[in-house]
Amino acid sequence: MTAATDTPPPPTRTRPDRQDPARPRQLEITRWLTLGVMLLATVYFLAPVWWLLVSSTKTNSGLFTGNSFWFGHVAFFSNVRTVFEEQGGIFSRWLANSALYAVGGAAVSTLLAAMAGYALAKYRFRGREFTFNLVLAAVLIPQPLLAIPLYLMFSPVHLVNSYWGVLLPSMVSPFGVYLSRIYAGASVPDELIEAGRVDGAGEFRIFATISMRVMAPALVTVFLFQFVSIWTNYLLPVLMLANSSLQPVTVGIVGWQSQRGIGSSAVPFNIIITAAMLSAVPLVVLFLSLQRFWRSGLVAGSVK
Amino acid sequence: MTTAPPAPPPAATTRRPPQHLRRQARTAAAFIMPFAVLFAGMYLAPIGYTVYQSLFKVHHSGLGLSAPTTVFAGLSNYTAALGDPAFRGSLLRVLLIGIVQVPVMLLLALALALLLDARTTLFKRFFRLAFFLPYALPGVIGAIMWSYLVAPGLSPITAAAHHLGLHLDLTSNTLLAPTIGNMLTWGWTGYNMLIIYSALQAIPPELSEAARMDGCSPLRIAWHIKIPMVRPALVLTTVFSVIGTAQLYNEPAILHNVAPNLSSDYTPIFAAYDQINADNFNAAAAESVILAVLAFALSFGFLKFMQRRGETL
Repeated sequence: MTAATDTPPPPTRTRPDRQDPARPRQLEITRWLTLGVMLLATVYFLAPVWWLLVSSTKTNSGLFTGNSFWFGHVAFFSNVRTVFEEQGGIFSRWLANSALYAVGGAAVSTLLAAMAGYALAKYRFRGREFTFNLVLAAVLIPQPLLAIPLYLMFSPVHLVNSYWGVLLPSMVSPFGVYLSRIYAGASVPDELIEAGRVDGAGEFRIFATISMRVMAPALVTVFLFQFVSIWTNYLLPVLMLANSSLQPVTVGIVGWQSQRGIGSSAVPFNIIITAAMLSAVPLVVLFLSLQRFWRSGLVAGSVK
Repeated sequence: MTTAPPAPPPAATTRRPPQHLRRQARTAAAFIMPFAVLFAGMYLAPIGYTVYQSLFKVHHSGLGLSAPTTVFAGLSNYTAALGDPAFRGSLLRVLLIGIVQVPVMLLLALALALLLDARTTLFKRFFRLAFFLPYALPGVIGAIMWSYLVAPGLSPITAAAHHLGLHLDLTSNTLLAPTIGNMLTWGWTGYNMLIIYSALQAIPPELSEAARMDGCSPLRIAWHIKIPMVRPALVLTTVFSVIGTAQLYNEPAILHNVAPNLSSDYTPIFAAYDQINADNFNAAAAESVILAVLAFALSFGFLKFMQRRGETL
């Protein structure tokens, strides 16, 4: 029910401190103390990211000299060029792979989850609650914990070291089914479906042209969560994909990092740091631009 | 609930489900089938296959001249895994990291959520974003970043300590666990804070308003009203964190690249991964099952414990 409507936080500060005229001094102290604590926490959370940003503009030797948290000789664009030229330009291949896994997996899983969640919400049949409870239990199983079993199962059927080894597991989102069911139950009116039936539309047509449109905000959330979880997944692709031209960007960069110290062909620190920074950009952009969907998904996650 | 028709019940009820209900069931099945097939294949089958694999063993006969055969091994893979001091050590290590790190992280998340929810706090939107940003960064990227932030030679923290005349190596054996704990805390506090904060926002404002009118201090309001009311969110974040710690892999695996002293069976997943690399699939299966059962038992046990305590309160 909370899924789509992201209401701004309740107006807790509408009447700032008019209510405590007797204790203005104490209030001021509390306010400053709070601000101090919050700023300290901000430094803890943001300083590492700032370091990553600053470091991505430095030359490799610049990393070891001068202030770590401020710019030195700015070499950002040559770093970026090197990232994309390193090892025959494999970085762009990795980015494309990540996009393929994340977009493909998220699109299919969202569609399947929407269908399943819609059916669980809108049709009555035996075993409905059992199915839903099974899906709910699966929400609690984290993907990485399944990675080793998936590898053991895929290995004899030669799905290891292929696109399908990562794509197939990415196409299932129990969380998506959960969210779709909750949302469809709350927001798709039975009358709307009934009206479609009266007009002679088939059930799938009603779903595709009417219900899915109503469910759109929840589906964006499902897509977003699945996209992010695929893009950030590491254990599954690192197990499945030995061939570096199939790897997503997370696995690729860690591969560069692990080559440290193996001869002069090793990728320099500043290039790895720049690559890490670049590979996070799509997610940070998604996160900042689709904030309300993020929050609604988290809230839905916490009410179950 | 599954079969209850909406009130009022139709006058003429038959034992067979009515025609339209049977058609509904068929339609529902068609809608659910694609998901169900993939779910069975990607969730149920691997779990079943892993349990099955864990009960077998590859037998190499004689000098290895004839092809190896797979034989039923009963629980011997399990006794071997549990008898392996390295695997037991990895379980214990993860347990210890969890016992220290999860409470620290959740207390921090709760404190920040309460401050963010407090009436007088300024710049709420900015702080909420700032605290949540680490979660928006892919875990692996955060881990690579931290691996350099603690790597000897590159670490600004080590350099700062050196300035103060201290010798600090955050990748030394004694500091590995705290370093990993810090990486986890940094990455997940904001996520947990947001869940708790959402629960705080759902509390009717009249409640704390009334308490404040009665002269209750913000601290007492937090302790007596807000924290009890966000209990479900706290339980939920704890369960998620326990499960998350059980599958600890990324952070130590990446830290290993700058800290070769980090053993290659540091966590249970690490150990199972090692078994796969050594072609011991059956051992990897047994270790995965042990880990999953322990993680499930711990989180489920915690849930039950909290429920029982909730009833007696």
